[in-house]
Amino acid sequence: MIDKRVASIDEALAGLGDGMTIMFGGFGGAGVPINLMRALPGTPANNLTIISNSVRFLEDYAHALFEEKRVRHAVASAARSRGAASGISEIQLADGTLTLDIAPQGSFAERIRAGGAGIPAFYTPTGVDTPVVEGKEHREFNGRMCVLETALTADFTLMRADKADRYGNLYFRGTQGNFGRDMAAAAKCTVVEVREIVDGLLPQPEIHVPGVFVKRIIQLPDARDA
Amino acid sequence: MSYKALSRNQIAWRAAQDLEDGMVVNLGLGMPVLCANYRPEGREVLLQSENGVLGVGPVATPEQEDRDLTDAGSQLITLIPGASIFSSSDSFAMIRGGHIDVTLLGGFEVAANGDLANWDADMPGKGPLIGGAMDLAVGAKEVRIMMQHNTRDGSPRLLEKCNYKLTAPSCVTRVYTDLAVVDVTADGFVVREILDGLSRDELQAKTGAKLTFAPDCGVLKTPAV
Repeated sequence: MIDKRVASIDEALAGLGDGMTIMFGGFGGAGVPINLMRALPGTPANNLTIISNSVRFLEDYAHALFEEKRVRHAVASAARSRGAASGISEIQLADGTLTLDIAPQGSFAERIRAGGAGIPAFYTPTGVDTPVVEGKEHREFNGRMCVLETALTADFTLMRADKADRYGNLYFRGTQGNFGRDMAAAAKCTVVEVREIVDGLLPQPEIHVPGVFVKRIIQLPDARDA
Repeated sequence: MSYKALSRNQIAWRAAQDLEDGMVVNLGLGMPVLCANYRPEGREVLLQSENGVLGVGPVATPEQEDRDLTDAGSQLITLIPGASIFSSSDSFAMIRGGHIDVTLLGGFEVAANGDLANWDADMPGKGPLIGGAMDLAVGAKEVRIMMQHNTRDGSPRLLEKCNYKLTAPSCVTRVYTDLAVVDVTADGFVVREILDGLSRDELQAKTGAKLTFAPDCGVLKTPAV
């Protein structure tokens, strides 16, 4: 019997450790795995590489990870903290505690998609003639200069969806899917917090991510209400 | 003569008038998203948001608000009939793959050859933020910029060469400012419309590159929106 349901956050995050890479879904406040992020400082996770469109969400919900200098590298399209003053991730970027691979959002998304799809690298015109692709391999296709971008994979993906079934099939509300759809396939262990684990199995039209990409599902309330 | 510079809403109104029936349009954060309020009636314009929405409707009223339905700027939105929602990689397939007719973006600087700088203004102590700008700038069929003609201290933003780090080279086709509508052509900046009461010499003095005035250069007029 296939059953990816887990009952506790400890079980959901079991296996996180030193030197790991974690991807985080979520954009614009939708699909952010807030419960799982909040639990991260209590795990052995350390020397982390985080892959998240914006560094800010992890700073908001797992501030202690930065205070304890447990994040050493970030891949993101946005590394700007809230407000006019420097946030802790910005301070750590400036003092070298944290290193950053800043990526155009489309290259970021495609690197993750490629990672989940078994494609090691691809060429894109995005970023050519800008400092963000300096040092990367360039090649011209059909008269247009492109740059080689490499795939991203992870040990864990943490994300949120609305509903799941025991197969790990996922249903998103609204724009919850965003990066999570691509990240689910790109990690060895994808953990999804959901509002509801349904009885039985989801009907086919409601399955936005096939369960084959998902390892663990856990039912947790919407942390934005807390 | 005196003139009154356009407000942000008026710049948005003016930019929205150029969105044609049937166009697929991505609106950047800040001033560009205001264009959604001024789409001319009777035209079907599909708005794309890079978090994965095609068919963005008006901003949600308090009764319509749904925290799981947002645009790329975290605004709670509605969907129009026929809207679709998809993954980030599909969203950028749409953007990079040439399926977006126009993107309207904010800008820090635009050069006379169409170079755009709109992502890194060297803010001390603040981290970088690219978002979708670089992909939009290389992928959309047309890149139109909305910005103030000058910085707060009066420096020009339309320049021979950008000072800030580029978003993409030679991509901008048109710039809407609070003073003028300016096209980027093979011959540099060509003014299409200029505010009533602002002389051509004054506009040139506020600009960091040579301006040419179109033979049919008109008056930049907007309602009091």
